[in-house]
Amino acid sequence: MHELSIADAIVQVAGRQAEGRRVTKVHVKVGHLRQVVPSALAFGFGLVAQGTPVEGAELEVETVPAVGWCRSCGAESTLEGFPLRCGECGGLDLEITAGEELLVEYLELEEA
Amino acid sequence: MHRTKVRQVVRENVLDANDALARANRERFDEAGTYVINVMSSPGAGKTALLERVLERLRATLRTGILEGDVQTTLDAERLARFHVPIVQVNTDPGFGGECHLDANMVRSALPELPLEEIDLLLIENVGNLVCPAEFRVGEDARVMVFSVTEGEEKPLKYPLMFRTADLVLVNKIDLLDHLDFDLEKFLGYLKAVNPTAPHILTSARTGAGVGAFCSWLEERLPPPALDTPVSSE
Repeated sequence: MHELSIADAIVQVAGRQAEGRRVTKVHVKVGHLRQVVPSALAFGFGLVAQGTPVEGAELEVETVPAVGWCRSCGAESTLEGFPLRCGECGGLDLEITAGEELLVEYLELEEA
Repeated sequence: MHRTKVRQVVRENVLDANDALARANRERFDEAGTYVINVMSSPGAGKTALLERVLERLRATLRTGILEGDVQTTLDAERLARFHVPIVQVNTDPGFGGECHLDANMVRSALPELPLEEIDLLLIENVGNLVCPAEFRVGEDARVMVFSVTEGEEKPLKYPLMFRTADLVLVNKIDLLDHLDFDLEKFLGYLKAVNPTAPHILTSARTGAGVGAFCSWLEERLPPPALDTPVSSE
């Protein structure tokens, strides 16, 4: 379950960025192509956050759809499932422009 | 005192920390002149058996080393010990709940135990898993994915990240094709759909088929050896 390792990395990023403040929410962007199961990520996050400044924070997962730019016809289209195919011409030679994100977008922190 | 909530934009890639360590590992490998292959597959696809065949062929001409990743056991390292090449075992169990992959930090922790200056080709046998190892760079030069024909044709579609990040796909256990309903053409079509550029080699660790081609692929990628490079007689 790679969600646990990813959750651990998220907690570390958030803990470092919080600089001692209490974290109440962590908003992450997860690309569709990452094969991350949001519920598994949330479960792992709750576990690994224990005993850290991130303990008790809410994990908000924003899923980013996969988008590809077709090298054959130049169209940009949303990609659904595999094989990844251009929505216009059906071509397979694509440059992925979105959908591979694994990003801590923002934190919600408590300030005194 | 009243506490106010503030929003702090971070925009930090979750895997940045791992990738930074992977780059540091890579620098260390480059400095030592060690070419590194990350071998990944599902459990039981035949990674260790293929490595045995590769060591049989290459250890006479190339200084090889093995970094063996396993959740708990040292069985694979014991199997490879007879080749008398440097082997270091990394058990992921002491990590958080037994990690299902090697990450850059685990590899880094094992490096002091490997005589990198005396290793031309380091083969990292990752933990058997089709999902997690694909996410974590460890500082490798290339990724070899071992797929076995007993796993079913649809695996590239089910585990695309693994197949998409592979530089070479070994289609292993082809000696079993006569006994299976496996449709090789269909599999290769799916592989091409998720990774149009990855070459593949049909192999059987059992019969040795395709192992020569795999060794040639490895040798072609390695920088030419210095003329005075000593090769172990073991």
